[in-house]
Amino acid sequence: MTRCRPAVPQSAGGSDLDEESAAWLRALRGERREAAVARLRARLLGVARGEVNRRAGMLPFGGSELDDIAEQAASDALVAVLAKVDGFRGESRFTTWASKFAILEVSSKIGRHFWQRDGVRLDPNAWDRLPARFGLGPDSGVEWRQMILALRRAVDEVLSDRQRRIFEAIVLNEVPLDVLVVELDSNRNAIYKALFDARRKLRAELAANGYMGPEPRT
Amino acid sequence: MMSDPNALERFLATDPVDPGCAKALEMLDAYVDTLLAGGDPEKRFPDVAAHLRDCGPCSEDFEGLVAAVRRGREAAG
Repeated sequence: MTRCRPAVPQSAGGSDLDEESAAWLRALRGERREAAVARLRARLLGVARGEVNRRAGMLPFGGSELDDIAEQAASDALVAVLAKVDGFRGESRFTTWASKFAILEVSSKIGRHFWQRDGVRLDPNAWDRLPARFGLGPDSGVEWRQMILALRRAVDEVLSDRQRRIFEAIVLNEVPLDVLVVELDSNRNAIYKALFDARRKLRAELAANGYMGPEPRT
Repeated sequence: MMSDPNALERFLATDPVDPGCAKALEMLDAYVDTLLAGGDPEKRFPDVAAHLRDCGPCSEDFEGLVAAVRRGREAAG
């Protein structure tokens, strides 16, 4: 008697999955789901720990604080993966897709930890440091000093209040974007878009006044 | 620190195909798997590539995901 092979699970997009991804989906939907969830949690914790270790040298905190971030990131990533697993489109391996949630949670939690620890402090003299950040010193030419003055004028005149606030925090004060996300109770996409639009406006203004060429078309 | 006279101009330049963080992160796992499979993710996902060139936080997440997937595959043998 021939036996039918179990159907290969498909992604939400209808595509056939690689063997390992299909096995994860079968396990998470099957009778031994609890064991599969525990295995997934362990995997996400491994990803989160690896990521905090990778970033440790760039952070002003470490030890148990990083352990806590990894634990919380793994737990929240697990919730996100389980909530979205039915929408998995199979455009990558399941483990890559799931690991992404752990990485994003680590980013988000590091931003929040920064904010809780240091808050956002804006230096009223931050404009004075800007020329040095762009490689300009006392011996820089007059044209460059004029360009910085024109930039400052454009920031005051062409940006919206929100764009100006975001530009001043990120560009002048070097506040990490994910920290500003928490400060403004926003999300990364919205803050990035506001800064993107601000950059575009500032460049257009400086180009209109002859300080730089027009934006190249791609 | 940026240290050349075009640094400010480059910083203010924006790429019109940049889709923003949300759409780029949605495709980040496919981008990483394409890279690790030896493909050309910049060709397959030019919009994601444009975003990763400009967005520090998403670029950091990309580096992290590449490292995580590599570690996972090494551990699996």
